[in-house]
Order: sequence, then structure tokens, then C-alpha cells
Amino acid sequence: MYKLRWEYITNNKDLFIDGLVLGLKMAILGLLIGTVIGLLLAFARQYGPRPVRWFVTAYVELLRNIPLLLIVSLLYFGLPQVFPRRSTGQQWVLKILPDAERTFIVALAIYAAAYLTEIFSAGIVSVGQRYLEAGTSLGLTRTQTAVSITLPIMFRTVLPSLGNTFIGLFKDTSIAVAIAAPELTWAARKVSTDYFRYIEAWATAGAIYLVTCYAIALSLRFLERRIKWTVA
Amino acid sequence: MNEVWDNRHLLWLGLKLTLQLSALAIVASSLIGLFIGVGLVYGNRLIRTLLRLYVDIVRGLPILVVLFLIYYILPAVDISIGSFHVPTNVGRFQAAAIGLSAFGAAQVGEVVRGAISSVPKGQTDAAKSLGLTFWPRLFHVSLPQSMQVIIPPWTNTAAELVKGTSLASLLSMSELLFATR
Repeated sequence: MYKLRWEYITNNKDLFIDGLVLGLKMAILGLLIGTVIGLLLAFARQYGPRPVRWFVTAYVELLRNIPLLLIVSLLYFGLPQVFPRRSTGQQWVLKILPDAERTFIVALAIYAAAYLTEIFSAGIVSVGQRYLEAGTSLGLTRTQTAVSITLPIMFRTVLPSLGNTFIGLFKDTSIAVAIAAPELTWAARKVSTDYFRYIEAWATAGAIYLVTCYAIALSLRFLERRIKWTVA
Repeated sequence: MNEVWDNRHLLWLGLKLTLQLSALAIVASSLIGLFIGVGLVYGNRLIRTLLRLYVDIVRGLPILVVLFLIYYILPAVDISIGSFHVPTNVGRFQAAAIGLSAFGAAQVGEVVRGAISSVPKGQTDAAKSLGLTFWPRLFHVSLPQSMQVIIPPWTNTAAELVKGTSLASLLSMSELLFATR
């Protein structure tokens, strides 16, 4: 019978802790950048001219239908190859995406932006017509209405979906193992292959993911209950 | 681009594998998910608790970790039912298929549960007053009406599973790494 030896995990607990921290960091940054892009795209789709709307729709459909692993591989392995060796273009790519961590954050942000655009679009539509009319009657311009009326109101309807997206993104950070960013899955793989402790390593990583996701979900539920989010 | 064209048979093989894996995972997770959903609504306390535990655990894990867990842990456990020894020595393809199905089943289960609960209670009451027993009630009243609610999120799960097959490459990658070590 297989004998479980957890000391290999406790001896390497720093790997797991650092991995968790890096995973959360990448998920948070991905969500923040993705939110900015997503907001811009959502408003562009709502109010922009037709070609812009087409572009946004194409972006959303494209990004939502290819796996994250593919985006990550393209950015990490493909992008530096696009430019000739030691050209200024390549220097720029290496400056913007110097390591696996940064590349993954950018990939995650691009990926998340597509999902967030959909969420924000639904949020914009859900804002009642009368608020916009009130804005117009106050003499606000369209940009002012968007920023000071639509944005704050839609934020409340959108928050639960944002939370779910964050949990999804945190789980997606596991894919960063493919480009060897040292997050949780990478830590588990390193411990499992270095010491041949497969069961212990993967069970530990799984438990950490589970507890973290559950904690995030619970705190989100608490937030939702605590604050009255809906606007009549 | 020439390299891509020259190696088109590899892409073709990959596409075939992706489609096989997706089809398998989608069918399996739909069937299992249906049972899980029904069990979550109508099961007794023990069944409900077990299924809830399963669904919450699997939905709280990244697909990749589910795949790795199955790929590495399943071969190490010894399952025997009576004298029948369950073959747990899974390869990459089997591990990916089982992992994706397990993941999809949890998702579909949650969807089905939500959909069945969304059918108005009056419908079940009406069916009861017509003298329908549990199974006809489920198959002729609750499930057909929840299908409408099930289909959109079900398509999302299916798309997610197709995209999830890309993660199967990491299973082989880790093995390749392992071999080079």
C-alpha cells in the first residue's frame, strides 16, 4: 500500500504559498486590466459607430471561443518570433512581456476582457431608461451620462458576475504552468516530479484551490447580502 | 506557414482527438449531470449531501488540477469490487476524458438542479393530482419544462469542455518533461 508522506509538502510549503500569492496576484491584475478594456469595449459597442461595434463583437466572439492556453502560447512563444531577431520590434515585445508572469497577466486580461465586455454590455442595457432621461434633462452630455449615471448604477447589477469572473480567472491561473510561471499548479508539479510525491502534491494544490475559491465565494456572498445593490 | 502546411496531418490528428475527447466528455457529462441534478433535487439527505459535496469540490477546482489529480492519483489507488479489479491504470486520453467528464458533470448537475427548481410548483402539484407517480412526473412534467432553461448554459458548458480539451496537451507535456528529466 502506498504510504503518504506529507513532510515533502511541509518542507516545500513556501513553494505552495508563493504559488498561491502569485496566482491571486495574476488573477487580480488580470481582472483589473480586463475590467478597463471590457468597460471601454462595452461602451464602444453600445454607443460607437457601426464598424466599432463590429470590431467589438468580433473580438468578443473570437476570444471567447479559443482556449486560454492558446492565447498564452501565442503571446509567449509566438509574439517574439513575429519580429526578426534583435529588431526594435522584438526588443519592444521583450520589454512589454519580459517574463512568463507578465505574459500570463496580459493574456488573462485579454481573455477576461472578452467575457467582461459581455457582462458590462448586459449591465449597460439593464440601466433604466428614466435615469438616462433624467441625465439628459439635467443637461449632461452623453459622456457625462455614461460616466456618472450608467457606470455607478450598472456596477451594482454587475458585481455578482464580476465576482464569479474573478473566481474563474483565479482557477484559470493554473494554466500558467504551461509557460512555467511559478504559481500553485507549477509548485505542485515541481514537488511531484522532484520527489515523486504525486498524490500529496496534487491533493495539496487541489485543497488550496478549493479553500481559496470557497473563501472568495463566501466573502462575495457576504458583500452581496450586506449592501443593498439593487436600484429601484 | 509552410511548416504548418507540411505538418497538416498532425493538425488533422489533433483535431480528430479534440473532437473525440469533446464528444465523449459532452455526452458523458450530460448523462451524469442529469442524474446529479435530479439527485440534488429529489435525493434523500445522504444522496444530496454527497452530490453537493462532489459538485462543490469539482467546481472549486481548476479543470487542469482535476485532470492532473486523475492522471496521477487514479493509477495509485486500488479499487476492487468483489473479485473484479477496476482497471485504474489510466493513460493520457482516458485521464483527460474522465477529468473533463467529471468537471462537465458537476457543471451540468448544477444547471439541471437550478432548472428543475425553476419549474413552478403548481406543475408538480397538477401532475400529482392527475395521479402521476414520481418517475412519470419527472420525465413528462419536470424535465421537459426545465429543458428550455437547461439548454443555454448547457451549450456554454459544452463549449467550455471543447476548450478544456486543450489542457489535455499539458498532461502529455508533463510526461515529456518527466521523460527528459
